[in-house]
Amino acid sequence: MRDSRRYERVAFGVMAAATGIIIAPVLIILFIVLWYGVPGLSLEFLTAMPRDGMRAGGIFPAIVGTLVLTIGTAIFSIPLGILAAIYLNEYAGKNWMTRLVEISIINLAGIPSIVYGLFGLGLFVTFLGFGASILAGSLTLAIMTLPVIITATREALSSVPQQFREVSFSLGASRWQTVRGVVLPNAIPGILTGTILGLSRAAGETAPILFTVAAFYLPRLPESVFDQVMALPYHIYVLSTQVPNVSMKIQYSTVLVLVGMVFIMNIIAAYIRSKFRKRKTW
Amino acid sequence: MIIEKPKIKVENLDLYYGSFQALKKVTISIEEKKITSIIGPSGCGKSTLLRVFNRMNDLVEGIRIEGLVEIDGENIYAKDTNMVALRKKVGMVFQRPNPFPLSIYDNVIYGPRVHGERNRKKLDEIVEKSLRAVLLFDELKDKLDRSALSLSLESQQRLCISRLLAVQPDVILLDEPCSALDPMATLKIEELLQVLKNDYTILIVTHNMQQAARASDNTFYMLLGEMIEYGPTEQVFTNPKDKRTEDYITGRFG
Repeated sequence: MRDSRRYERVAFGVMAAATGIIIAPVLIILFIVLWYGVPGLSLEFLTAMPRDGMRAGGIFPAIVGTLVLTIGTAIFSIPLGILAAIYLNEYAGKNWMTRLVEISIINLAGIPSIVYGLFGLGLFVTFLGFGASILAGSLTLAIMTLPVIITATREALSSVPQQFREVSFSLGASRWQTVRGVVLPNAIPGILTGTILGLSRAAGETAPILFTVAAFYLPRLPESVFDQVMALPYHIYVLSTQVPNVSMKIQYSTVLVLVGMVFIMNIIAAYIRSKFRKRKTW
Repeated sequence: MIIEKPKIKVENLDLYYGSFQALKKVTISIEEKKITSIIGPSGCGKSTLLRVFNRMNDLVEGIRIEGLVEIDGENIYAKDTNMVALRKKVGMVFQRPNPFPLSIYDNVIYGPRVHGERNRKKLDEIVEKSLRAVLLFDELKDKLDRSALSLSLESQQRLCISRLLAVQPDVILLDEPCSALDPMATLKIEELLQVLKNDYTILIVTHNMQQAARASDNTFYMLLGEMIEYGPTEQVFTNPKDKRTEDYITGRFG
């Protein structure tokens, strides 16, 4: 009896420790980034062009670049991903074809990001002739983000009770009317959450943009989708390994800006999720 | 039982889920503007039979149907059957009250809207008429924009019935509509059915035998996918012809 109690206490202790260890890296990263990064933050840092071989000035073009790429990714991946998920979940029968598509999506999610980068280089930059450009980079990031969006959307659609569909059909609604009238409105919070999380990951990726869009140093803003842009993740890589004598302050502040952007997106996603979970009553 | 000019006529209906036969040579005629109850133990195929009439079974994969099903003399399993028209005509109320997570108003107009009604005034009229028919209008007329989920279960089920009436059906299928309700609410829904039968042909699946005895004109007893007995409710309950019906209604099993 006493033995089993002690055993249980040890087991719980180990589990609690494991949980604590999970939080530790997050806290440590946040602490270090804030500690070293905040002093370098200023309006000028956020809105000025880099100067002096990126050793001074701001990171404005990299911020704009990352925003543009995130929006570009959203434009390509959200409609495609959501439509595909609706088709798979609401229309497609269970046959070898849908099975094949499902397996493809799972495998797509498992491909290392550098492979996406090379794929984008081959297909969009070279073969389709987009060059290293916002277009090529967004498309590459979009393909990488698709599995996340499709999976999240399918989960959100599946969580809408089957009853609602049956009622809608029984009132004479078509499949599309049912999807639009009942299924989508109830799935949208889940879809939004998953989509934002997918995009926030894309915003922080380096490898897929390495060959497809990211500019080493380009102190001006893009004028068309065929322009290259600087982007925060790649800029961090450049600052920390490719340019000698960059002050720690600038490096950490750049990291802080990227982490902050991703963090804000994640918080928005979490907020949407919690807000709608409260309203959900079935 | 011989019925002249039946609303629904079923002849030799076989229904298979894959290799499992859920309905076996079912033959039944349903009287117009009467309440017909379908009783039998769980798994006997009564819900499956009910879902034959609005073709909700079509949503199940691997289903196969043979035999004749006619409503108003029209074969509803013909190749050119208009499913929208069929489901408008044959509405369904489900086991659990299942209003959409929308306002009361939007629940009622879901069907009419799907069928293209956009005129606000007409929709208002439909809402009033449909809610009046289920005796909810006076209670709810100032709360139409409230969430349907804020209503009691009984009112929710009434709302589901009114949502159905809003598309002006002929036939109402009820699949154990009171199984989630308490006895008082059950009684009230049954009273409502008595009113509705003036205008609609009603089929109700129930495993509550008192309910069938109280609320229906005709009773259809099924066992393992087969019809055992069909006749006026009073006769089926007081003087069943088949031993198996007697065993069931006297509570020897089920």
